[in-house]
Amino acid sequence: MRNKGLLIGCSIGAAILFLVFIIFSYGVSKYNQLVSLNEEVNKAWSQVENQYQRRYDLIPNLVETVKGVANFEKETYLAVTEARAKVGQIQITPQMLEDPKAFERFQSAQDNLSSALSRLLVTVENYPQLKANENFLQLQAQLEGTENRISVERKRFNESVQSYNTAIKRFPTNIIAGMFGFREKQYFKAVVEAETAPKVKF
Amino acid sequence: MKRLIVILFILFNFTYAYIQVPILDRYVTDKTNTLTSAQLNGLEYRLKTYEDTTSNQIVILMIPSLEGEDLFDFSQQVAEKNKIGQKGKDNGILILIVKEERKIRIEVGYGLEGVVPDAVASSIIRNIIAPYFKAGNYYEGLLKGIETLQDAIAGTYQAENENKKLNGFLTALILIIVVIIFFSVLSGVRGSSKGGWNYYHGGWHSYPKRRSSWGGFGGFGGSSSGGFGGGGFSGGGGSFGGGGASGSW
Repeated sequence: MRNKGLLIGCSIGAAILFLVFIIFSYGVSKYNQLVSLNEEVNKAWSQVENQYQRRYDLIPNLVETVKGVANFEKETYLAVTEARAKVGQIQITPQMLEDPKAFERFQSAQDNLSSALSRLLVTVENYPQLKANENFLQLQAQLEGTENRISVERKRFNESVQSYNTAIKRFPTNIIAGMFGFREKQYFKAVVEAETAPKVKF
Repeated sequence: MKRLIVILFILFNFTYAYIQVPILDRYVTDKTNTLTSAQLNGLEYRLKTYEDTTSNQIVILMIPSLEGEDLFDFSQQVAEKNKIGQKGKDNGILILIVKEERKIRIEVGYGLEGVVPDAVASSIIRNIIAPYFKAGNYYEGLLKGIETLQDAIAGTYQAENENKKLNGFLTALILIIVVIIFFSVLSGVRGSSKGGWNYYHGGWHSYPKRRSSWGGFGGFGGSSSGGFGGGGFSGGGGSFGGGGASGSW
């Protein structure tokens, strides 16, 4: 009688242990998946930062070239310099990706710089000396290239955030996400005003 | 019911307002009927040979209009969808001409951004291609544009590609030898009581090892003749990061 009880007890115990093991393995694999997705987001983010930095570095040259032209509207290139300074003041921290306010501040600073730049390039259309200046044209090409690259990297960043956010919200992975502090990350939002400089035709 | 038809009609037109991203099967695709057959073939041959010798893929697409689509967005989509350039090397270039809107874009893959930076691409459009296009010489413009791009790139990948071809050839040679050995061993051991072909057929099925080496040999034949066969282009898996330049004439 006692032997039978012991046997049943042991087999239940073994079954429970086995179940625990299964759950644990599942948990581990899900945790690892979240870690990978998180790293994808970080990688995509550093690409975004690289392109924004590239633009930041190109601007002083552009402003100098434009300044050299007589009578070029000061407010236009000063606006660019100011917008750039504001971007420079933003502290980029890893928490920024999860903090909606900080992220929004970053995005709007960068988008303001984009607007100031496109207004500058529109104004250039009125200055034939600049349009014929090979140096300026090359700078303009580099800047436009950088804007394009920024747009590509933002799109890829959003895609990586989407994979990550979906994973941490899905059940039952959301339990593991909650346990280990995987929080939702922010997306780049579409810019409301027109990003591209309107073509001025004469 | 009528209202439904009107709504569906509007939606139908709305979806058709966006231009389709074409799948390209030739190095030069001209949807504007500007280039003659001879010109198309000339450019096609030049670009195919260029890929064979350097592994870089330069592809040209001429369309009449963007139909409201953004030049960069469309160009990026065409380049990525067709995976121009070799996987890993990302050495692809797309030259997109939008004839009615007089726009040019050179889209440069990640791997070639070092030798064809944005400023160079922009300069090629402005100083080489546009002048010819303004005069209506589309073929000359494209030809000179390609030549300048090739000079800029100057055979950076040549050595690697030649090695690849040599390795492919050696592999094939070894496989041929292995197959011959198998066949001869088999005929030696088993004798030929049944008909020659039938036996080999039966023997073939029961020796999966031989089958795969045969398949490998066939595969080599396929890959080496891919470039020389009926002609045609297919993307090598390259990707693009938004590099390049746009211009107009």
